Amino acid sequence: MKTVILTLTNPPELMLEGQNITPDNVAGKKAAEIAALDVWEGKQKSALGTYFAVAGDGGATAAETKIILRGDCTRVKRIGQQMTAGEIVIEGNADMYIGGWMKGGKIHVKGNVDSFCGIGMEGGELVIDGNAGHHLGASPRGEWRGMQGGLIRVAGSVGNDTATFINGGTIVIGGDADIHVSTHGEGGTVIIKGNAKGRVGGQMVKGNIYVYGTIENPLPGFQMVGEVEQEVDGETATFTHYIGDLGERHPTAKGKTVYANLYTRN
Amino acid sequence: MPKKVENVGCPYCGVCCDDLVVTVSDDGKQIIEVENACAIGNQIFHHATGGERVKLPRLRQPDGTYKDISYDEAVDYAAKVLYNAKKPLIYGFGSTNCEGMAAAAKVAEKAGAVLDNCASICHGSSFLAIFDNGYPSCTLGETKNRADVVLYWGANPAHAHPRHMSRYSIFPRGFFTGKGQKSRKIIVIDPRHTDTAQVADIYLQVRQGHDYELFDAFRAVVRGHEIPEEVAGIKREQILEVANIMKKARFGTIFYGMGLCHSDGRNHNVDIAISLTRDLNDYTKWTIMAMRGHYNITGPGAVWSWQYGFPYCLDLTKKDIAHMNPGETSSVDLAMRDEVDAFINIGTDAGAHFPIEAVKHLRKHPWITIDPNICMASEISDLHIPVGIVGVEVPGIVYRMDNVPIQYRKVIDPPEGVISDEELFERIHKRLCELEAEGAAKAEIKAAPAGVRAEE
Ligand code: SF4
Repeated sequence: MKTVILTLTNPPELMLEGQNITPDNVAGKKAAEIAALDVWEGKQKSALGTYFAVAGDGGATAAETKIILRGDCTRVKRIGQQMTAGEIVIEGNADMYIGGWMKGGKIHVKGNVDSFCGIGMEGGELVIDGNAGHHLGASPRGEWRGMQGGLIRVAGSVGNDTATFINGGTIVIGGDADIHVSTHGEGGTVIIKGNAKGRVGGQMVKGNIYVYGTIENPLPGFQMVGEVEQEVDGETATFTHYIGDLGERHPTAKGKTVYANLYTRN
Repeated sequence: MPKKVENVGCPYCGVCCDDLVVTVSDDGKQIIEVENACAIGNQIFHHATGGERVKLPRLRQPDGTYKDISYDEAVDYAAKVLYNAKKPLIYGFGSTNCEGMAAAAKVAEKAGAVLDNCASICHGSSFLAIFDNGYPSCTLGETKNRADVVLYWGANPAHAHPRHMSRYSIFPRGFFTGKGQKSRKIIVIDPRHTDTAQVADIYLQVRQGHDYELFDAFRAVVRGHEIPEEVAGIKREQILEVANIMKKARFGTIFYGMGLCHSDGRNHNVDIAISLTRDLNDYTKWTIMAMRGHYNITGPGAVWSWQYGFPYCLDLTKKDIAHMNPGETSSVDLAMRDEVDAFINIGTDAGAHFPIEAVKHLRKHPWITIDPNICMASEISDLHIPVGIVGVEVPGIVYRMDNVPIQYRKVIDPPEGVISDEELFERIHKRLCELEAEGAAKAEIKAAPAGVRAEE
């Protein structure tokens, strides 16, 4: 695996759109060619090298390419957007859409990220050591097929609208979640190890949510059905099991109605 | 002889009353009387000729005062600001006609700007819900002629849309609603006991910020499930009673306002209201409608959706791709995140409506206000360009809150020399094309507007 190090030396005045910063776009390119990739600051299109110092060449394929981002990327959006393979390490914070529409490979952010990260994700792994903003692993606006697959792991807390329209994949949140988790969900799993604020599983059809802490405002559309012992993220524990959202439509499979499951840890 | 102009549209709120009769003086310069309008509608007409109007664009001087300049100079200034900015923002359009909105979109596209309208801080969340969940709506005429149950949720038309209840929802006698108010059940759901709640048959005081839970409870009940004894401050019996009334209605309409769009969850509150409307259609006919605020704030949604496929928060910086994602491309977020470097405020007052922090961020860069009147935005701008008042001095198409287009007329001429929004944007567009063609050296052009920034 070959490593390309991008160091932000000349930060943008506004926000930088770096959708070309993916192993897919960097693979097979020499450092000078990587520095010539397009980035945008508003309507102004520039070369990546205007903002970043580039060291190292890309691997032969995306899978053989690793990108390390150094310097303060708090104002850089869309890193790793639509990537299919390879690896990205962001050593500090990053802005919006990190790992958006990602299909494969791995992104590791050592700081915090802003909103819309991992939206429309189909595969791969997005690991965030800090906090994430709103719409983590949610669907893009107006899209009723949300996250399809892959794994998102956030060590800290997340904002609102996590996993809207989720229908596959897993999101693990180490801290707390603000309102709206898996709204309109049709599948997938969300695990919240801290507390949830409310509106957990609203309008949800199918899928699973685990909350280890408390839910401040539970929805009336979820009904307790019993207790279960389950292994979740490598640990076994007992959970209270609820089904819902009873206000929403639900499909039937093998003559039985399928509901979404909400488990709170005992 | 004073002249009476009939069937005049009111350029104030989203009810778009088009039955006004305006009496104009002999010389066609003064508005003498306005009939049929409510108090606020009346005011907008009298205001036009009542006081002193700004008749020329005004440019901020180094000493902080404004100096009158010509329209040509103002057009040149605006075009250069747009041309030089990396990401200019053009926001407003609550009070102009569709012709002006279309011309502004041409400018935004040419300039690579973000184009946004007041929905961004108003009913924008409704659009997001509609994208996700559809819009089983109707026209106001259908509600008037058919509805026997009307539900206002988080809306207070008694103050915000004064003639809504008398023209369309509660009081009028329609084709199938000949007994007027007597044939209708009125339900109001609001955390505040508003003046609209006063005329309701049933009032539910939902706990502020918990509308979503109450909708969820209604939906569960409509599907025959059990719910807890109390949800969002409302007793189960009351929820069951209202759900029953809704199921038994012949035709119902949910009118909702800022109470849903701007409390926690925003689009999701509207989204679940749409889901409830859909559920109720398993039993009878139910419809839902956003109580849009200004008379033509529905307009930009219609015009720009037709032009670009999106109703608001349009990022046109890439010119050949329209990108929309509120939270990122919405005006207040752009301002708070320091993501724009020039601002045009048109037909609204961002100075009064935006959070003060957002205003402070925007004020770091050139700020141009296009508005017939003096407002907070015009007073903190670098350039104020006056225009004619649509619906009073400028005719044009407006969209009523139910997406019905109405041709507005003018009753008097604008003050001498004052042009319309449409003409202004056409001229800015022309100047932008010239600048582009000249390929003028950036630094040179940038130098022109310097040194004339307003005080913080
Ligand atoms: S209700 Fe609205 S449109 Fe009708 S007259 Fe009053 S302000 Fe004008």
